[in-house]
Amino acid sequence: VKRILIVGATSAIAEATAREFAARGDALFLVARNAAALQAIADDLRLRGASVLGTAVFEARELEAFPALIDAAVLCLGGLDQALIAHGTLSDQGACEASVELLREEFMTNALSVMALSLLLARHFTAQDHGVIAAISSVAGERGRQSNYLYGASKAAVSTFLSGLRQQLYPKGVWVVTIKPGFVATPMTAAFKKGVLWATPAHVARDIVRAMDRGTPVLYTPWFWRPIMALVRSVPERIFRRMGG
Amino acid sequence: MTAGISWGCWPRYQHRIVPLKNRFEPLPDLPPLLPFGNGRSYGDVCLNAGGTLLATRSLDRLIAFDPATGILECEAGVLLSEIIELLLPRGWFPAVSPGTAFVTVGGAIANDVHGKNHHRVGSFGHHVLGFELLRSNGEVLQCSADGHSDWFRATIGGLGLTGLIRKVRLRLRPVASPWIAGDSQRFASLDEFFELTAASDGEYEYTVAWLDCASRGSNRGRGVFMRGNHAPAPAAIAGTATVRQPRSRWTLRVPLTPPISPFCRASVQLLNSLYYHRRAAQRSHVLWHYQDFHFPLDRILEWNRLYGPRGFFQYQCALPDAEARAALADMLELIACAQQGSCLSVLKKFGTMPSLGLMSFARPGVTLALDFPNRGARTLQLLESLDAITREAGGAVYPAKDARMSASSFRRYFPAWEEFQRYIDPKFSSSFWRRVTAA
Repeated sequence: VKRILIVGATSAIAEATAREFAARGDALFLVARNAAALQAIADDLRLRGASVLGTAVFEARELEAFPALIDAAVLCLGGLDQALIAHGTLSDQGACEASVELLREEFMTNALSVMALSLLLARHFTAQDHGVIAAISSVAGERGRQSNYLYGASKAAVSTFLSGLRQQLYPKGVWVVTIKPGFVATPMTAAFKKGVLWATPAHVARDIVRAMDRGTPVLYTPWFWRPIMALVRSVPERIFRRMGG
Repeated sequence: MTAGISWGCWPRYQHRIVPLKNRFEPLPDLPPLLPFGNGRSYGDVCLNAGGTLLATRSLDRLIAFDPATGILECEAGVLLSEIIELLLPRGWFPAVSPGTAFVTVGGAIANDVHGKNHHRVGSFGHHVLGFELLRSNGEVLQCSADGHSDWFRATIGGLGLTGLIRKVRLRLRPVASPWIAGDSQRFASLDEFFELTAASDGEYEYTVAWLDCASRGSNRGRGVFMRGNHAPAPAAIAGTATVRQPRSRWTLRVPLTPPISPFCRASVQLLNSLYYHRRAAQRSHVLWHYQDFHFPLDRILEWNRLYGPRGFFQYQCALPDAEARAALADMLELIACAQQGSCLSVLKKFGTMPSLGLMSFARPGVTLALDFPNRGARTLQLLESLDAITREAGGAVYPAKDARMSASSFRRYFPAWEEFQRYIDPKFSSSFWRRVTAA
């Protein structure tokens, strides 16, 4: 039985991953913004086999509340083995371009809060000589595209941050996993979109669980995004700048 | 706008699709609305051309389960297959299983589906203790036999038109194993089928027959009759029966829609003949895995694609006992003459328990389900002639499987439709409903 903290537990990917954990009887502490939705998911996971289930409501932009949040998880589960950071928003590119205030908020939610949480978890895991910090970044963070480069930039910040943290924590026995999902079809779109690039949250969830157990440094899920993104990264800016279409 | 399709792949309409994130969200103000579960109804009851489909599959959370009584509370988008996967290991099974487990609980209520045990336990609605119905004016009704019972009756079999079912309380049935114990035997004629079902329905919880609708002459009306009961725990049955155990839990997926359907007259005739003559058709003491007994086609994912880009029609009718024999013989004659054999034909005797729903399909008598590749006007003409027989016999056609019955037929089959209309949410509608109520 692993003791796992999930931040952003109401996101489709986090919920699917939590079901995988629940099926093997793990002890879970769930954190999310929407209290009613969080409670519904907690009830569901309990019936699916999760053993201990604590919940806490949080706001990603209130960084000062994070230490208490992690203390609560540790107290509830009697310790902590793994953490999955999955919260985030899909920033509205146009609106962010028009408002510095919104830009700051989006970066706070998608990048700064992830970094702050990771650092606190790093401190806890280092002290006990083991632990896994997994955070959901995105293939969108690998290259800025005109349609969503603000979102992409926040994910790029997360990826780079985790890369450094991974190097720092590796000798201490703490694993850092960067998760880069491609297109994820939520169950409701699955019935309509049949594009080959679309994966289900359940598929992505199984990949995440495996990566967290093995300490995979960077997970592309599904796997074919690794070669696709290698190709995308290899395009020179001179050419890439004309590919906005 | 996105193309929304039902299981028969015909018709196809454009829709706005609005996924429901959780059961606390209000309904979007984008009428006309229609809940869409897992798209397993065949025709247009789950379609709403030019309107909004409320995608409910994401309402898939369990809420509470009482292992002492087998009462499960869950959201309406949970699939029966998910319930089985989670609760069969704890000794519970859906009280009613339709031919596929890939249906949502909400869809099973909206179509008041039935299974091979209708003669014993009635239809799905009989095992629903209650549900929460969200109306477009924001009103939330807790419906059960005791509270808002009129809404309860209207929503069971109500084709999703009375509002959005958000959560449901269901009674499951206890089982000791995943096995169904029974036997399988060939019958040579409809008369033999009626004798078999009369002799078996008292002793067996599940009875169903497959009918050869492709053969002509003296082979007409032949078929295979299967019956079974939930088996006791594995230790008690070891060595007493042929275990039809699947070698592995394999599934196949039909990867794409072939440009033309492989089902032509000759191949359908061959398939039916092979099915009839295979050795397993005649066997005493069989142990089926529940999947093979209840949901054999669930192993071939997206099998509906095999009918090609034009899709296919299902025709399922219920015929009153007194008229059933004559009507069935007429139908078989008609199908044989039209040379449009049905690939898969299923015959089942319904029980006498009256359905709860105002608009429920299941009723005392016999039900026959057929499927036909869509060959355009020829097929529609055949189905219209089948309807003439059903009407004459005082029967009904199953809306969950229909894409073409006329408004006048529908009104004959479901005389309660006018009373039902009072319960339809003013912002809900469906392509089916607009079609069968058109002047």
